[in-house]
Amino acid sequence: MLCLIATEGILFVYLIFSYGYLASQSRGPFVPDGAPSLDIALPATIALLVSSATAEWSKRSARSGNLARSQLALACTIVLGAIFVVMSGIEWAHKPFAFTDTAYSSIYFLLTGTHLTHVLVGLLALGVLLALSLGGRVKAGHDQHRTLVTLYWHFVDAIWLFVFATIYLSPRLT
Amino acid sequence: MSTTLDRPADWKAPQDAGPVDGAPLASVIPAEAERRLAEAWEDSPGLRGWFGTVDHKKIGIRYIITAFVFLTIGGVEALVMRLQLAQPNNNLLNPEQYNQLFSMHGVTMIFLYALPILSGFSNYLWPLMLGSRDMAYPRLNALSFWLYVVSGIFLYVSFPLGAAPNDGWFNYVPNGSAEYDPGPNIDVYCLGMIFLGISTAVGSANFVVTLLRMRAPGMSLNRVPIIIWGTLTASAANLLAIPAVSLACLMLWFDRNFGTHFYDIGGGGQPLLWQHLFWMFGHPWVYAVVLPAMGMVSDGLPVHCRRPLVGYTLVAMATVTTMVVGFGVWLHHMFATGLPSLALSFFSAASFVIAIPSAISVFAWIATIWTGRARLTVPFLFFTSVILLFVIGGVSGVMTASLALDWQLTDTYFIVAHLHYVLIGINLFAVVGAVYHWFPKMTGRMMNERLGYWVFGLMFGGFNVAFLPMHLLGLEGMPRRVYTYGADMGFGTTNLVVTVGAITFAGGIGLFFLSILLARLSGRPAGPNPWDGPSLEWSIPSPPPAYNFAVIPLIASRHPLWEDRLLAEDQPHSRLAEGYLLDEGKETLGVTPLDAEPDVILKMPGDSILPVLLSVSLLPLFGGMLLLKPWFAAAGAAAAFAILIAWFWPHPVLQREEQARMYV
Repeated sequence: MLCLIATEGILFVYLIFSYGYLASQSRGPFVPDGAPSLDIALPATIALLVSSATAEWSKRSARSGNLARSQLALACTIVLGAIFVVMSGIEWAHKPFAFTDTAYSSIYFLLTGTHLTHVLVGLLALGVLLALSLGGRVKAGHDQHRTLVTLYWHFVDAIWLFVFATIYLSPRLT
Repeated sequence: MSTTLDRPADWKAPQDAGPVDGAPLASVIPAEAERRLAEAWEDSPGLRGWFGTVDHKKIGIRYIITAFVFLTIGGVEALVMRLQLAQPNNNLLNPEQYNQLFSMHGVTMIFLYALPILSGFSNYLWPLMLGSRDMAYPRLNALSFWLYVVSGIFLYVSFPLGAAPNDGWFNYVPNGSAEYDPGPNIDVYCLGMIFLGISTAVGSANFVVTLLRMRAPGMSLNRVPIIIWGTLTASAANLLAIPAVSLACLMLWFDRNFGTHFYDIGGGGQPLLWQHLFWMFGHPWVYAVVLPAMGMVSDGLPVHCRRPLVGYTLVAMATVTTMVVGFGVWLHHMFATGLPSLALSFFSAASFVIAIPSAISVFAWIATIWTGRARLTVPFLFFTSVILLFVIGGVSGVMTASLALDWQLTDTYFIVAHLHYVLIGINLFAVVGAVYHWFPKMTGRMMNERLGYWVFGLMFGGFNVAFLPMHLLGLEGMPRRVYTYGADMGFGTTNLVVTVGAITFAGGIGLFFLSILLARLSGRPAGPNPWDGPSLEWSIPSPPPAYNFAVIPLIASRHPLWEDRLLAEDQPHSRLAEGYLLDEGKETLGVTPLDAEPDVILKMPGDSILPVLLSVSLLPLFGGMLLLKPWFAAAGAAAAFAILIAWFWPHPVLQREEQARMYV
């Protein structure tokens, strides 16, 4: 799993490199209309970060034997992750440009889209884990599945900070 | 069976730790235990067992056979091209056919032969050399193989349809963009590369974890064979490099099919971004296809010189250093693209640095031959020829690291000569030597020695006749990737010589395949250790039983089978017939990553059809993407997801592992 995270993490490094390369080689202003607004992105980021905390809470509750609390925390994680997905969707819908307009719009949608895909995969995994847990298949002692899914979810959340810094913060520096 | 026995008093782990709870140490293996081991580790009978096997030995041999099939296909492609180039103004092929041939030749040899063959050997050899019963994730291992087969088929189905990739294995943009290259050819390339990348990535992850957790107790990191270092380094590099090319291919696919602007200068995109991403992957990959092969030489050559490898630590460090430097010099493939001169100078200097670790390995091999008592066996000849070809390929590599020369030589046949010296010289010659060396272990039979000399003569002679004159062609200015040349250019005679050499070389390989077949049918029996080798795989019968080691041995030195001649009597010796007997179902031992202290009993999964199903389910996914049929692709994705749920379904037997310690 750590190897998977290494290889997925480096994928984002190459994506951010591509963003930086296209920005550095751009002849005119790279980001149209200045840095993107934080109105939706900031609350979405907070929701995602809190979901990491609830995922950890869920894992620790299970380890201490409290399966009901673990399931509740897991449900919270899924809801928070879903909020992030919905808010990202709203942000996408409100963009004045489309995927195929310019190099910026292409890399913007690819970078956020790749991350969003990882969030969706994480949500699917969390959903399966919750279903298995409610169905009594994964009990309190069964740590492996929980550890794998939680680790992946933390990774997805942590990588968002880099994507966030690239898309939303870096244009503010110039 | 749960009583815990003490380990032998004179055997010491690097830091002595207590035995794993519930793991019995055995000194005399009861026949009953061996029977139970065989029962637990043998595959199911019939088709289910054939498709479902997770035995690393079977997967390794299948990898090797499949890679040889692709080598043959790629070789035939090369021969057809050589026939076309044998005389000026030839019209055996038209330009489009020639484009597809050289593209598929490159893609096949590099992605479908060179790396998979090394994965095959590593798959077969790792657990045997490490003293384990299997790889860390057996089902992932099978998945990696089946993905390789299915993605190879995906790439090749395009060929009879005339839609094979036709822009070289590097597929430079904008030549590969929809504007200049309409049709499905490049989409096949893009999706095929992503598909194949998944196979390599999961295989690589398996190698990394296997090295860290599956060694025999006492086999600390400075006691593993060099091939392990080579494959470990290559695997770590794969994990870090493959996403670059997958991303580059994904962006190109978007550009071609949906009109995005990643590489399209019109919308603010950058064609050079392709080259950056491709070579960030492509350059480390060059080392990924030679470092494990260099490891084979480092482990095989000393056996035939009857002494340990000179400078083990230096060679291991050089392996890792090569790869670290290799990640930093991708720009030297782009000297002719008009980059700033400061960047060029820096990358040129960095490229020279890579000669240092390469030279360390070469000097270590020469010193091993020099100070050993060599036997002129067939593997010895092949391993020694690697040194010579590596030096020639290395010298022409240093030449092209120089800016002034590279500007003259790039895109000429000089580069073709250089890369074939490196790739065939270090990869194929090492592999053929390795087949001669480890064939007795894999099948229990020896290959014919006299036929082997003929194979070597034809291959070595034919290779040099084919590729040495190519340097001249390049210096005279013959460009690569052109389907023909004029009679007045003076390339005719040299090209004819090259073609004759290529046919001779192919004849050698044909004879090699024939001798494999003959040895398989009627080779003389080999016994467990025909070459008198020092590493663990030679301590068990040939071919090895399904469970590899009846007891997991206890290791005290780098050369467990040579300790009687290398170690003083009062030094601690390895225990090969005395160790952990794990026979309660399919189980093996996990150790701590650095010191290899016994840590946990691992419950291993049995044969499973899931890897095949998962690989096949990706075919509609990628096929749907190729044909732009979203529902087809979605069906494939849904099937893959369902199979993944089954894959991770909580299993009562496998769950036992985590009661001791779990790792991710």
